[in-house]
Amino acid sequence: MSVLQRDPQDMLRVLEEDGTPVGEVPDLSDDELVTMYREMYLARHFDTRAVSLQRQGRMGTYPPLSGQEGAQIGSAFALDEEDWLFPSYREHGAALHRGLPLKRTLLYWMGHEKGNRIPEDVNMFPVAVPIATQVLHATGAAWAKKLQDEDAAVMCCFGDGATSEGDFHEGLNFAGVFDTPNVFFCNNNQWAISVPRERQTASATIAQKATAYGFEGVQVDGMDPLAVYAATRAAVEKAKNPDEGERRPTLIEAVQYRFGAHTTADDPTVYRDTDEVEEWKKKDPIPRLEAFLRETGRLDDEKVEAIETSVKDEVAEAIEAAESEPRPEPSEMFSNVFAEQTPEIRAQAEAFAEMYERHGDEGFLRE
Amino acid sequence: MSQSQQTQNLTLVQAVRDGLHTEMTNDDRVVVMGEDVGKNGGVFRATEGLWDEFGDDRVIDTPLAESGIAGTAIGMATMGMRPVAEMQFSGFMYPAFDQIVSHAARLRTRSRGRFTCPLVVRAPYGGGIRAPEHHSESKEAFYAHEAGLKVVIPSTPYDTKGLLISAIRDPDPVIFLEPKLIYRAFRGDVPEGDYEVPIGEAAVRREGTDVSVYTYGAMTRPTMEAAENLEEDGVSVEVVDLRTVSPMDKETIVESFEKTGRAAVVHEAPKTGGLGAEITATLQEKALLHQEAPVERIAGYDVPYPLYALEDYYLPSVARVEEGIRNAVEF
Repeated sequence: MSVLQRDPQDMLRVLEEDGTPVGEVPDLSDDELVTMYREMYLARHFDTRAVSLQRQGRMGTYPPLSGQEGAQIGSAFALDEEDWLFPSYREHGAALHRGLPLKRTLLYWMGHEKGNRIPEDVNMFPVAVPIATQVLHATGAAWAKKLQDEDAAVMCCFGDGATSEGDFHEGLNFAGVFDTPNVFFCNNNQWAISVPRERQTASATIAQKATAYGFEGVQVDGMDPLAVYAATRAAVEKAKNPDEGERRPTLIEAVQYRFGAHTTADDPTVYRDTDEVEEWKKKDPIPRLEAFLRETGRLDDEKVEAIETSVKDEVAEAIEAAESEPRPEPSEMFSNVFAEQTPEIRAQAEAFAEMYERHGDEGFLRE
Repeated sequence: MSQSQQTQNLTLVQAVRDGLHTEMTNDDRVVVMGEDVGKNGGVFRATEGLWDEFGDDRVIDTPLAESGIAGTAIGMATMGMRPVAEMQFSGFMYPAFDQIVSHAARLRTRSRGRFTCPLVVRAPYGGGIRAPEHHSESKEAFYAHEAGLKVVIPSTPYDTKGLLISAIRDPDPVIFLEPKLIYRAFRGDVPEGDYEVPIGEAAVRREGTDVSVYTYGAMTRPTMEAAENLEEDGVSVEVVDLRTVSPMDKETIVESFEKTGRAAVVHEAPKTGGLGAEITATLQEKALLHQEAPVERIAGYDVPYPLYALEDYYLPSVARVEEGIRNAVEF
């Protein structure tokens, strides 16, 4: 029986908090499991460095992901190459698994348009900063794949807060009606900035909302990367090859916690207790997977150390590369608005260029 | 305002908070609702301490749903309450757009006065704070274009409190856009207790005889600075701060122009279809025979607001404002 065929209130789990298996371990090779660990570790380290860059004034506002690596890497791992990811603004971990260079992620949060340019070979949309708007795009993209007879699933990531927006309802409703190959992946990290999950919905779970749209909803331990992988993999397979009478879309609610602030502009100590944070830290997905991999002989001190060293080098190189990137040419503001520049935009660009010629940066840059 | 009132030295965002506090104390029909306005005190601290003082029924953390906030606030307003709905950033206001333009703006008209909508929708707006994508736009023209909405954009702490109190007391919906670039940029004297700054009245910030410059919100500061620089070169600049962009104080706008015969408009919103066009048309309609030069529009460009590495080039700078005013004077 598929792991998706369960009561939406019955949370799927593969690993205990101490890494002991309590469910069926997904069929992944040793290398894949170690890679999963490495990417989670990388996402955490990247996150720590990014927050510190912001604190040092080397980057703008940044939304941290610590605590959510298991959900992000576990779900992205379940996608096939032809599948698509439609992220929110916090999916730096899922994005790195999809192949988005870390440098791009850094550039985006450093205010460079180039950071929003997804490489041609990466099946991923730019981040969505408004809440839940990407849900409809993901439904439409999956619908297109179906109408074009292409065998690809589209995964959309969003938070618990997003489930309150009208776009969430509309996106899932269309998906149900048109039976689109979607995986709706809700990173329920308990807090929409300062507003707790209980204030978003009176439903016992978010997963159960799927029932009303006519497809399966499953709640998974979002800090258990193997459970996340198992559920997402089953959902991806069903999206592309449903059984007779089965609907393609799935809603996955990955129950997790953001250890840090909503963004670097936020102070979570104002609205939540440190005790709560400490409780959730016991479920940390990284030591959890590490314990399992050590226990089963897939990791040892030497391998962990090698991973740590290579990850630190990789992140340091990405930061150096991003910081060496020259500031974009001011004239780039006027490009890519339309396929062809309109006469008015051309005139404004020319007027700007003349003024820039006369004044240089001094005429524009503030302290 | 009575002589006995004490003044406090507040930032613009503290004046927002003080205005809310004053009206919540005066009128128990006033409720504040939005995302993170409660325990967190608002992401810019505009509602700090209000939840502790007035409780969960009057300072309401809502689910994350802008259409939900605006639409339920309309329902509350029709039933005799005075909701002040916060949109966390004006860039996230669009899900509420339908509720605001199709319903809040039209309820009085379509019910022929049977139902009214005394609603305030507050939102931080505008650029210049190195914020992420969708956090910096100036789209006041959308709302000013809509019949049935008043649109207020203060530029000083004093005006902020007085205009917010007027907005809450106004019998019709008011869009209250707060220039977040100057939320904490300076302080100003703000009386304790209540006072109103009337909606629909511009303020002449600086008198001059050579050219009239119309602006509002965060652009008032670079405009004043440019005016001072020009003064050193012997150019006398009058600066008119609109304060309310709809309904616009056309009397003050025209009066100033009749004196100077030359004009420039400064706003950070895109040039095309911006309020500069409305001001220019007003001058054409009402004071053509006084006009001695084309009206200069110093505005944001007709491009999506860039990510922050380039935002300083997008926003009108002092040098750009100065040059624009000079063009109007030297024509």
